[in-house]
Amino acid sequence: MELGMCGAASQCPPLSHREDLWVRGGRILDPEKLFFEERRVADEQRDCGGRILAPGFIDVQINGGFGIDFSQATEDVGAGVALVARRILSHGVTSFCPTLVTSPPEVYHKVLPQIPVKSGGPHGAGVLGVHLEGPFISREKRGAHPEAHLCSFEANAFQDVLATYGPLDNVRIVTLAPELGRSHEVIQALTAHGICVSLGHSVADLRAAEEAVRSGATFITHLFNAMLPFHHRDPGIVGLLTSDQLPPGRCIFYGMIADGMHTNPAALRIAHRAHPQGLVLVTDAVPALGLGNGRHTLGQQEVEVDGLTAYIAGTKTLCGSIAPMDVCVRHFLQATGCSVESALEAASLHPAQLLGLEKRKGTLDFGADADFVVLDDSLHVQATYISGELVWQAEEARQ
Amino acid sequence: MNVVKTFFFPLGLDFLSWKLCITVMRLVILDNYDLASEWAAKYICNRIIQFKPGQDRYFTLGLPTGSTPLGCYKKLIEYHKNGDLSFKYVKTFNMDEYVGLPRNHPESYHSYMWNNFFKHIDIDPNNAHILDGNAADLEAECDAFEKKIKEAGGIDLFVGGIGPDGHIAFNEPGSSLVSRTRLKTLAMDTILANAKYFDGDLSKVPTMALTVGVGTVMDAREVRIKCSLMFPL
Repeated sequence: MELGMCGAASQCPPLSHREDLWVRGGRILDPEKLFFEERRVADEQRDCGGRILAPGFIDVQINGGFGIDFSQATEDVGAGVALVARRILSHGVTSFCPTLVTSPPEVYHKVLPQIPVKSGGPHGAGVLGVHLEGPFISREKRGAHPEAHLCSFEANAFQDVLATYGPLDNVRIVTLAPELGRSHEVIQALTAHGICVSLGHSVADLRAAEEAVRSGATFITHLFNAMLPFHHRDPGIVGLLTSDQLPPGRCIFYGMIADGMHTNPAALRIAHRAHPQGLVLVTDAVPALGLGNGRHTLGQQEVEVDGLTAYIAGTKTLCGSIAPMDVCVRHFLQATGCSVESALEAASLHPAQLLGLEKRKGTLDFGADADFVVLDDSLHVQATYISGELVWQAEEARQ
Repeated sequence: MNVVKTFFFPLGLDFLSWKLCITVMRLVILDNYDLASEWAAKYICNRIIQFKPGQDRYFTLGLPTGSTPLGCYKKLIEYHKNGDLSFKYVKTFNMDEYVGLPRNHPESYHSYMWNNFFKHIDIDPNNAHILDGNAADLEAECDAFEKKIKEAGGIDLFVGGIGPDGHIAFNEPGSSLVSRTRLKTLAMDTILANAKYFDGDLSKVPTMALTVGVGTVMDAREVRIKCSLMFPL
């Protein structure tokens, strides 16, 4: 059994408090218990030079990256997922949900079985389950999703869902539009299967959104984007952030793409100030993440990359971000003026809470998985650890 | 304006003349809390270094808790981090611990010692002794503690505080001068004073504690007591 101890400021309690992090067997250890009960000290000590230690980031919406498109039904989807899993370690991401956009059933049937839930490690970030965004979404708000493959579940509700996706074993999140007929049955069935239901790509009004939450929905997919704009007499899905019609004790979470493109900083601040505890930073990254400017493939379509922006080729429609998670965290911090702790929680604790994993992930509490990142004061990732093992390190830190 | 005066009562004892409780008492007065803490820490540090502790020669230290010694602990930690002081060959014996309070409760003396001292230094956990207020047999626990002190060769330097009424550890005024480590019921004043650490809920405050006796303290080869008094000018 190996014990490690890092000297650094930790994410909680407040940053001014210097603490050490203790790890054993891949989990975070209570050092006081170790001292008084087992009468042991650390076998190994690592000095993190007073840097910030934070829980590893969790990205619940990422469509691919580095040329890999999760929605492409290749023969070796697993290899593609593994490549992305390894490359996002440098962004501080230690767990993620590979996301599939609207696709024909044969794609789901071929791809889903090849993306099992998997623990992270030196090979890459852990896979928490797949996020299926579509095809049960609004035609009007499909955004970058191909119109040809949209469908409904009016005929057979949950049976239609199963027929489209195939077995749901590897599925963690489903984004759907609640205004579609029989959505309540579907939401209830998915929730009963342990799947997180998210509202998005929808023209639902607030009442329909609230009913969906009462049926079990707990997430909003990229708030503001692909939904009706906020209106003072009908706030639509956005109104869920301050709704008083939600089941008692239920927290509604909402994804935000804080890449500086998808949401105006003022809108980001409004959402954050209205409901800071529910904000979940997502990248919604497309396969062009990590590649240069030019044309690349997303789902069944072509996209054009220019700097930090990606459009459907030949149009002005945004189709996902190419900002890495740590860039999103820094941009979010700067745009909202929130505390460093809040910015970090939006990328770690909140997604863990959304998925009901907050005892093991997204936290530095005793007993949690030792997935954490070492950050400098401006939140640049210096090193990434999974299960207490160093899995990535910045060049300058290697010296 | 108030002035903080800090008094030291160093008591040097001659083992052979135990009938005399005090052979030498020196009184040291310092102007403020920080100076006093530094003075105390330097004294302890020098004592340990001059002793030249090693594998077969441990320096034994009796230690207090509470707000008074916090500054001293901070300084000792500083000397350790500077590389000037190691606790590798030091054994410690704390004065007291609450009965019935979980060891990991934030107000337990175990928590106090871990957070304010042990976690910052290089002491061997096997050499850090604190009474177990949750032992199945409290009397046996007290006897075992006395035995551990004896096995360690007695205490070289016992550091402590003194209450406004003259109490040492949980030995209230009137305690026998030859008392040993034992179970004590806490004085009402102490319980009331502690309530603020337990959300103001008197029912949550421990009512009993295990404490070293006056005799246990006086058996040490040297005793150093610190107290802070405020003098209005």
